[in-house]
Amino acid sequence: MGNSSTPFEPKIIAFCCYYCAYAAADLAGSMRLQYPANVRLIEMPCTGKTDVRVLLEAFENGADGVYVAGCLEGDCHFLKGNIRAKKRVQYAKRLLDEIGIGGERLEMFNLSGSMGPRFAEIAQEFTEKIRKLGPNPLKKPNA
Amino acid sequence: MIVAEAKPLAEIAELLGEVRKILVVGCGGCVTVCLAGGEKEVGIMAAALRMMYKKKGKELETIEVTLTRQCDPEYVQMLEKYITEDVDCILSLACGVGVQFLAERYNKWVIPALNTKFAGGTIEHGVWEERCGLCGECILHKTGGICPIIRCSKSILNGPCGGSQNGRCEVNKDIPCAWQLIYDRLKALNKLELLLEIQPPKDWSKARDGGPRKVVREDVRIE
Amino acid sequence: MSWKAGSKLEKLLSQGHFVVTGEVGPPKHASPDGILHHAELLKDYVDAINLTDNQTAIVRMSSIAAGVHVLRAGCEPIIQMTVRDRNRIALQSDLLGAYSLGIRNVLCLSGDHQSFGNHPTAKNVHDIDSIQLIRIVKDLRDEKRFACGEEIKEHEPRFFIGAAANPFADPFEFRVLRLEKKINAGADFIQTQCIFDMERFERFMAMVRERGLHKKAYILAGVTPLKSARAARYMQQSVAGMIVPEEIVNRMEKAKDPKAEGVAICVEQIKHLRTIEGVAGVHIMAIMWEDIIPTIVKEAGLYPRPQVE
Repeated sequence: MGNSSTPFEPKIIAFCCYYCAYAAADLAGSMRLQYPANVRLIEMPCTGKTDVRVLLEAFENGADGVYVAGCLEGDCHFLKGNIRAKKRVQYAKRLLDEIGIGGERLEMFNLSGSMGPRFAEIAQEFTEKIRKLGPNPLKKPNA
Repeated sequence: MIVAEAKPLAEIAELLGEVRKILVVGCGGCVTVCLAGGEKEVGIMAAALRMMYKKKGKELETIEVTLTRQCDPEYVQMLEKYITEDVDCILSLACGVGVQFLAERYNKWVIPALNTKFAGGTIEHGVWEERCGLCGECILHKTGGICPIIRCSKSILNGPCGGSQNGRCEVNKDIPCAWQLIYDRLKALNKLELLLEIQPPKDWSKARDGGPRKVVREDVRIE
Repeated sequence: MSWKAGSKLEKLLSQGHFVVTGEVGPPKHASPDGILHHAELLKDYVDAINLTDNQTAIVRMSSIAAGVHVLRAGCEPIIQMTVRDRNRIALQSDLLGAYSLGIRNVLCLSGDHQSFGNHPTAKNVHDIDSIQLIRIVKDLRDEKRFACGEEIKEHEPRFFIGAAANPFADPFEFRVLRLEKKINAGADFIQTQCIFDMERFERFMAMVRERGLHKKAYILAGVTPLKSARAARYMQQSVAGMIVPEEIVNRMEKAKDPKAEGVAICVEQIKHLRTIEGVAGVHIMAIMWEDIIPTIVKEAGLYPRPQVE
């Protein structure tokens, strides 16, 4: 938990695919929709590029929450990239449970490139969820 | 290939115990193919263990190395430069063979990260099945290429037994009855008469029952 | 007349009697009392009693020990030997011992896989299979040789050799050929898995007669009295290698007195089996309900049992 003077601000990493999630993020920007600054976006050609090692690395380096955002199922530009991502995210969630960090800090979301508002909503809701969960258990207090 | 599967993380952490620096060694052979102990799995396991230890307030340093194979001395010796005084133990992600080769070569405590399961092949990406019983005296020519030693739960040579129903083994409906498969194959190849011959008892001394085995090719041994 | 083994079972069969055998599961403890009770109960109603060998891979008193207790009670035992738990050394050794104790009939089986039983983590042996065992028992008797080829100088064990047949397992067409293999290996008598699908059994027997197998070995048809509708449903759905037609389960479900219905079905089956050419007897398996066997034998018109001439 943050100390009494600095409330805890979650650090969120969002792995977004170029074709849908990142496009939606751009759209949210041009629509001037607000979403929390806690979320750092990382662009990928496809969520199918998700590597479990990178997801773990995010947490090991202090991320409080991570999500992978890709196209709606059936609409992946590379056909099944988002299905592969879904499976890997599920696997990584189980690993995070075994490690003791908690799989609920990792999620996968699906949306289309035109869903600017949905992008903002995801960022908002996930940040709040992580805020309630508290900081990454690996971090020492005052880190 | 030899197919293996990772032990649960909690079990590995318990086997490691109070360590500060470990070598996490993968193998580029069979265990890479069955997605149990290759470079990627080494990366995942090392990160997971570091995080588990950190959560308990302990520091764990991991050195990640993936050897071409752990069952050949030429490759095993490439680990030499990583074997320093401060390495508490070696976590091997190879099959049981690799674990033993590392243990024999280095004066360090070696822990297996995998449970070695069987000799088998890929059915589809992500699914591997046992196929060979390593019995030392192959009889696949008698059964249309289907091994009764390992695919029949009772290693029957004059099968099937009375528990075979709808082509399934009595032990588990997911297991096809090997003798149904053999029957179907020989029927399709017009060789059913092979099944009327009474197969004599097997010489198990050629399998592991005769003790640990060895193969030597004198013609390639040069002094 | 030179007998293969000279057992009561062999003599009655060769004299053309329709034989009746029963089955008893030895106890899960070390006292002979239960076996002796069953032997007393059954000895006037059956010609011989099978003692199962760790059936369903659950540890019970050994078949041979139980067989000896049955002998002492004045009844004829058929010991069963599975190849699941003992290698060829132990099996031959036990055969020598069993014969020396007076046992004359042995049924050779594969045995249920140990995963069914109460020791699923045990190592399974399966050094040889049931057909190889039949051949070994035959060679001990007729060739006077051990499995390794070594000669038995004197007092070779001379067993009447039995094997199991299952017309209800697959592949169906191969079942009769496998039976022939067992007979060629040396089986003298056959006991089948319990019959509920009479039509399939009739087809099986037609194939048996076509190959003349009923003249080479005595075939005893297996029957089991159903105790309840639940038992019928369980056997239909959860026992490997068994077929129970829906009409039979229905009869049991509709019956006012399921036990009486189960006995009635069994008696009907036995009466019908007596009419099938090639069936030399009936094998009544009433595990946990051995007390009902005398009733079944009487109602099927098979009491009193013949004496050996």
